[in-house]
Amino acid sequence: MTSDSPIAAHRGRLSMLAAAWVVARRDFTAILFSRTFFFFLLGPLFPVIVGVLAGSVGNRVAESGAGPSIAVVMQEGDARAMVQARDALADRLGEGLPRLVVAADEASATRGGAAAVLSGSPAAPVLSGPSAQIEGWSGDVAMIAAQAREDSLRSWPRVRLEPKGDARPTDRRSRLKTAQGAQTLLFLLTMMLAGMVLSNLVEEKGNKIIEVLAAAIPMESVFFGKLFAMLGVSLVGIAVWAAVGAPVLMAASATLPLPEPAVGWPMLVGLGVVYFAMAYLLLGSVFLSIGSLANTVREVQTLSMPVTMMQLMLFFFATYAMTQPGSPVEILAAVLPFSSPFAMLARAAQEPALLPHVAALAWQTLWVFLLVKGGATLFRKRAMKSGPQGGGRPWWRRARA
Amino acid sequence: MDAQVGDPGLTGNARSDERPIAIEARALVKRFDRTTAVDGVDLSVPQGSVYGILGPNGAGKTTTLRMLLGIIEPDSGYRRILGAERPHDVAHAIGYLPEERGLYPSMKATDAIAFLGALRGLPLQEGRRRAGELLERHGLGYAADRQIRQLSKGMAQQVQILGTIVHRPRLVIFDEPFSGLDALNQGKLEAMMRGLAAEGTTVIFSTHVIAHAERLCDEVAIIAGGRVPFAGPVDEARDRIPAQVRLETRAQDGAWRSALPPDARRDGRFWHFTLPEGGIEPLLRALIAGEAGILSLSIERAGLHDAFVAIAGEAAARALKDEKPEEPHR
Repeated sequence: MTSDSPIAAHRGRLSMLAAAWVVARRDFTAILFSRTFFFFLLGPLFPVIVGVLAGSVGNRVAESGAGPSIAVVMQEGDARAMVQARDALADRLGEGLPRLVVAADEASATRGGAAAVLSGSPAAPVLSGPSAQIEGWSGDVAMIAAQAREDSLRSWPRVRLEPKGDARPTDRRSRLKTAQGAQTLLFLLTMMLAGMVLSNLVEEKGNKIIEVLAAAIPMESVFFGKLFAMLGVSLVGIAVWAAVGAPVLMAASATLPLPEPAVGWPMLVGLGVVYFAMAYLLLGSVFLSIGSLANTVREVQTLSMPVTMMQLMLFFFATYAMTQPGSPVEILAAVLPFSSPFAMLARAAQEPALLPHVAALAWQTLWVFLLVKGGATLFRKRAMKSGPQGGGRPWWRRARA
Repeated sequence: MDAQVGDPGLTGNARSDERPIAIEARALVKRFDRTTAVDGVDLSVPQGSVYGILGPNGAGKTTTLRMLLGIIEPDSGYRRILGAERPHDVAHAIGYLPEERGLYPSMKATDAIAFLGALRGLPLQEGRRRAGELLERHGLGYAADRQIRQLSKGMAQQVQILGTIVHRPRLVIFDEPFSGLDALNQGKLEAMMRGLAAEGTTVIFSTHVIAHAERLCDEVAIIAGGRVPFAGPVDEARDRIPAQVRLETRAQDGAWRSALPPDARRDGRFWHFTLPEGGIEPLLRALIAGEAGILSLSIERAGLHDAFVAIAGEAAARALKDEKPEEPHR
């Protein structure tokens, strides 16, 4: 070996962000172009397959049992004719048609749990209920009414729709469902993806490359680089899943209508992405710190259980806080850094004000910095002890001794 | 190394105090739990020198290097690296090869070198270009597109060494660089270190093999038990032990014998004794006057190993000896 001329142009030191970028770029491309990433993308497919299978079994059960029904509140003869027409059509077309049950009046229909009410007459039917459902059923009802009126399908009457029971956009309580949905989705994604960070530094420790990184750039940059790389990988995964699952989501949104969130759907989706990033970075920085003190994959696996429990507790707390808008509990959930993204996303569904989100994001960003700084300091103190073995015994065993 | 009569002895390793200092450390202390790993280390490394940190495993070499590099912070003390108090401020001008080598196994050799350069601020494209050149120059061009996991341990280590210098640092720190290399590559690495120093780069390496330090270093720091009992030019270390004189005379006895120092012992025709404090000349005059008939006289300077024993103590020397011998990989 001969030396490569050292007296040459020198560049300045890397800034913390530039150094983090070097680490993030390496990690991101290494993961994205690995074979295992394909399996990572397939990950959610398994619960989806299980869900579809369970759903098909459920549908069969539902078809044979009670499903969503329309209460027919018409004169006795008309009502009977409608039910008979529906059954006759069902023999030919299958059980895709809505079930019709005769009711004395609208009040008894509501008590009976009917999803919509059909009144008027076969010649001029009136369908009332939640707009998303009655719009979906109007064609079926027109066909049934045509069959009931003329015993043929040549001329379909026009069905008058009367939307009822839709959530009012100003009603915060009615948006609870949207808030809950957003929060649950955020939790599921965070739980699925943030745990990956736990084992992130084990590779570097196993490969002994951690010392090269620590000598060249600040440990904070290593932590930030790894966090952002994993966040990037997670966002790619979410984008792929969203693209593949978009048709399913569209269909689901028709059958499970959610009230419009207070900030509007586009803003809620935008805030959802941002709060996912913050929840990921907040939890990830803690997981990275904990995981960085582990020396083996087995130790990481041991740590994953309490970590999952911690996530669940945070979720339950944020969910509980969401049901008490404006209460000290909700404010506490918004202020506590780890529950803050969950609480604030729920708030976005319930309250239109955007300024609190700016403050919350600044607060959460500050905590990400503090946690990364603390994690890096702990790592330097604990993991970079002298000698080739580096860490020696794990910190919890040392603490116990 | 032997020095004959009249040989001033101080060649090659002379300290040049005029050279600016690349690394200065004063009273560095580092404790882990209840163990004091480094206990008041002082170092002063001139720019452009080859500087060895010599000591057995557990002596505090790696901890000292880690403190100098900013991987860990000292509990107390002061350090200045290339004029900066925070080592990361000059990270772009430093290369570091840790004792435990490590590269990402799935990376190609070229990318691994470029990545190590990128960590030091070298743009990735430029890093790849230089990596290709370095690999070719060092006979590893065929491995440029191979993944690290496909290389032998020794080859991977060479790749990492090239990654250590790809950004053309002003200071290179090697922690036990010769372990894991075969004899041929140990020689190549020695040549590379000399070449770096000749071009003005400061080279620091830790080792527990005295021969490497003796062959390469301008200066050494002897470290044992977390302390540095000696730091300075290699010759100064060797001068800590008085030179031994070997005298051969024609005459077996005579009045001249009274001129020999009290510790003189006879071994056949040879006399062995410590070089007198007053120098050799008064003794020579006495021997000539007493008609001893001097057949030969040599002054044997102590080797670095003897100096290490004298400075660090028998226990440290035994620890050094008891360590797994660093046989080159063949």
